[in-house]
Amino acid sequence: MSSVLYDTPGPRGILRNRILTFVFAAAVIVAAWFVYLKFDEKGQFDAALWEPFLQADVWVNLIIPGLLNTLSAAAVATLIAVPFGFVFGIARLSEHRWIRVPAGAVVEFFRAIPLLIMIFFAQYGGSAVLGLTVTSFTAVVFGLVLYNGSVLAEIVRAGIQSLPRGQSEAALAVGLRKGQVMRLILLPQAVTVMMPAIVSQLIVLLKDTALGFIVAFEDLLNAGARILPANFRNLIPAVIVVAIIYIFINVLVGLVANWLERRSRRSRKTTVKPIEAPQSVGVG
Amino acid sequence: MGALVEEFPVILGAFWLTVRLTLASAVVALVLGTVLAAMKVSPFGVLRGVATAYVNTLRNTPLTLVIVFCGLGLGTVLDVSFSESLSTNYLWLSIIGLSAYTAAFVCEAIRSGINTVPVGQAEAARALGLTFTQNLRFVVLPQAFRAIIAPLGSLLIALTKNTTVAAAIGVGEASLTMKSMFEQHQDSVVAIFFGFALAFLVLTLPTGLAFGWLSRRLKVAR
Repeated sequence: MSSVLYDTPGPRGILRNRILTFVFAAAVIVAAWFVYLKFDEKGQFDAALWEPFLQADVWVNLIIPGLLNTLSAAAVATLIAVPFGFVFGIARLSEHRWIRVPAGAVVEFFRAIPLLIMIFFAQYGGSAVLGLTVTSFTAVVFGLVLYNGSVLAEIVRAGIQSLPRGQSEAALAVGLRKGQVMRLILLPQAVTVMMPAIVSQLIVLLKDTALGFIVAFEDLLNAGARILPANFRNLIPAVIVVAIIYIFINVLVGLVANWLERRSRRSRKTTVKPIEAPQSVGVG
Repeated sequence: MGALVEEFPVILGAFWLTVRLTLASAVVALVLGTVLAAMKVSPFGVLRGVATAYVNTLRNTPLTLVIVFCGLGLGTVLDVSFSESLSTNYLWLSIIGLSAYTAAFVCEAIRSGINTVPVGQAEAARALGLTFTQNLRFVVLPQAFRAIIAPLGSLLIALTKNTTVAAAIGVGEASLTMKSMFEQHQDSVVAIFFGFALAFLVLTLPTGLAFGWLSRRLKVAR
């Protein structure tokens, strides 16, 4: 296979690549062996540490409730963040300066500051300013909505702006009002274009729920890093199992995003290519 | 407002720690990410497999989990130690976590940067008789480097914000300092929040502007 870096190898190249492949494979095995020895030295492969994961009640009482809390925080945050994103994304495209500028300021502000300090602010500010008791669930959802909602607002704006100008010009020319242009012409096309990016951002949101661990929200990470080790003294196995659950869920949602992207490329609703997801680094 | 003025030296110290965490993690992540990217574009299946597995695992794991694993797993259970002082040790462990996580994204940024170079250019270079190193030095890397400036800038901003997650293992950077100030000055929570938010804006906005300017200036004309 020819790439930017390598030509298709000839007989000598193939031989050299095979030899080096064996050398590197040996190096990888040696490195893995050292990690194994280190874990073994500290007794991390003891059956007692892994055995809890074979018991049904450990899953039912400790892990599943954490997973459900994680999923419900993600679901509630998604349900609020998506409308938030649409409202602020469309507001940033408004013709009125007094709508456009404040919406832009809100979006830019919440994208530029860390999610964790919003969660802390919700937790302490709620009681200090409003006199309410803010649960860790509310605090986490508050932060997730503001941050991810602002990122979604940028996706919505980019999605609408990616449409050809002729679309809205033609709609205005046939006499539609501004609201009708947005609702009947622009949004149906834009949603198709930005769906993959929205779903990738929802993966980030799901990962970010793990920040709840820091404010003692009883989520999946809390189950793996606090509750299970407190019962069985098995921090490393528990964190690994929890990580596998996170990865499984995220890969699943990622597959949905890929499927949507393929579908949206084929879509006859619009000829515009789907927009790229913003640098989905994610915090949590 | 009073609380912010009163505690100004503490806040400054906390943000200095945030900056150091960011820079140290950025350097380690850049090195590790470059190595991973080299593995991912290499002609050796084993290395490609290892790099792909690493990137997919770390990208789909929450950063908080990675940091907790480094702090409690590596630090407490496996006794990985960098320093006699407990707080310095946790600082280093959080740097490991942050850079291990960020390196996965750096790797992807570099790899897609290399992919922006059209194959025809490299084929032309080989047809002219350029060796592998010459091809890399004169054709591929100068273009790839320019294409990755903007993504690396976003990563640096994300990393600056992500250093707050080190609070999960008790590293006293800006967010943890803000939390303890909330507890001490219950009457000025709003002022403290906006003070810290402003300080983060001061860190992230110039980075974004600088990298945006640089990437526009060095954009490859195609």
